[in-house]
Amino acid sequence: MGWIGEQIDSIKSLNVRQVLTQAISLGLIVTSALIIWKGLMCITGSESPVVVVLSGSMEPGFQRGDILFLHMSNAPIRAGEIVVFNVDGREIPIVHRVIKVHERQDTGEVDVLTKGDNNFGDDRLLYAQGQMWLQRRHIMGRAVGFLPYVGWVTIIMTEKPIIKYILIGALGLLVITSKE
Amino acid sequence: MHSFGYRANALLTFAITILALMCGIASFSDNFNSPSPTAQVQVLNINWFQKKPDGDDEVSLTLNVSANLESLFTWNTKQVFVFLAAEYETPKNSMNQVSLWDGIISSKEHSKFRIHTTNKYRFVDQGSNLRGKDFNLTLHWHVMPKTGKMFVDNIVMSGFRLPKAYR
Repeated sequence: MGWIGEQIDSIKSLNVRQVLTQAISLGLIVTSALIIWKGLMCITGSESPVVVVLSGSMEPGFQRGDILFLHMSNAPIRAGEIVVFNVDGREIPIVHRVIKVHERQDTGEVDVLTKGDNNFGDDRLLYAQGQMWLQRRHIMGRAVGFLPYVGWVTIIMTEKPIIKYILIGALGLLVITSKE
Repeated sequence: MHSFGYRANALLTFAITILALMCGIASFSDNFNSPSPTAQVQVLNINWFQKKPDGDDEVSLTLNVSANLESLFTWNTKQVFVFLAAEYETPKNSMNQVSLWDGIISSKEHSKFRIHTTNKYRFVDQGSNLRGKDFNLTLHWHVMPKTGKMFVDNIVMSGFRLPKAYR
């Protein structure tokens, strides 16, 4: 009986170690992802440094599923820039181009009008009722870089949640069962 | 150690790394292009010029825009977005930019163009400051890459003036 007990003990001690190592490596993955995201937020000054294009309103420049890198500096907003803005009462941010800018002499506040390249008219219909212009506070960032297709991953995951759960489950299983 | 899973994982990681590297290099290579585009704009006619009922000035122009943007295109260029903006200063606003016309150029073959057009977007001031106003017409362009960094620049053409009276 002593020999069997020894074996069980050794398995138990091994398992505890293995479980701990795996928990730590999992934690490392999660925290490093968080660090990268928060670090990007600090560098770019935008609350969401990377956005996925969800609509075709900027085609053919940006298509659904493309990824945009945002930057928010104190530099004044100018016509032609592609900005990401939030309208009061709408949850999903919109990526469109600035076509008109009026900047105040005394306060430096801006009135901005946007339009999607692929849309026929300007965005006043998308704004809140009676809103004619966007102000600085509506704007989350301006697009500076572009990467095609990668955003499809998130689009598929939000539209078909089952795929997300399968993927997370499979990854989790892989982490737990891997020996090294 | 040499199971199917590990090999697949290593291959995928390597492929993604190479792809990311190639995207980075393609975007970086744009920096070696030093474009020298040219543009001319003429205001052919003031179609009408009035004060709207809400008190803001509005003007309608006929424009002739010719430009040669061929040198903006590189192998990493997906399209060039080009637009013409009227830029002027008023007592209330230190900067007014009103886009008058824009276009998307999808290939180098179409990047040398001449168009004759009225303003596509309304030229409306915030207030009533447009009579006798000097303004610049600036041709801006936005180079959208296949991947990577976007480039912007412009050519300022000055010396335009609106008439002293409504018509």
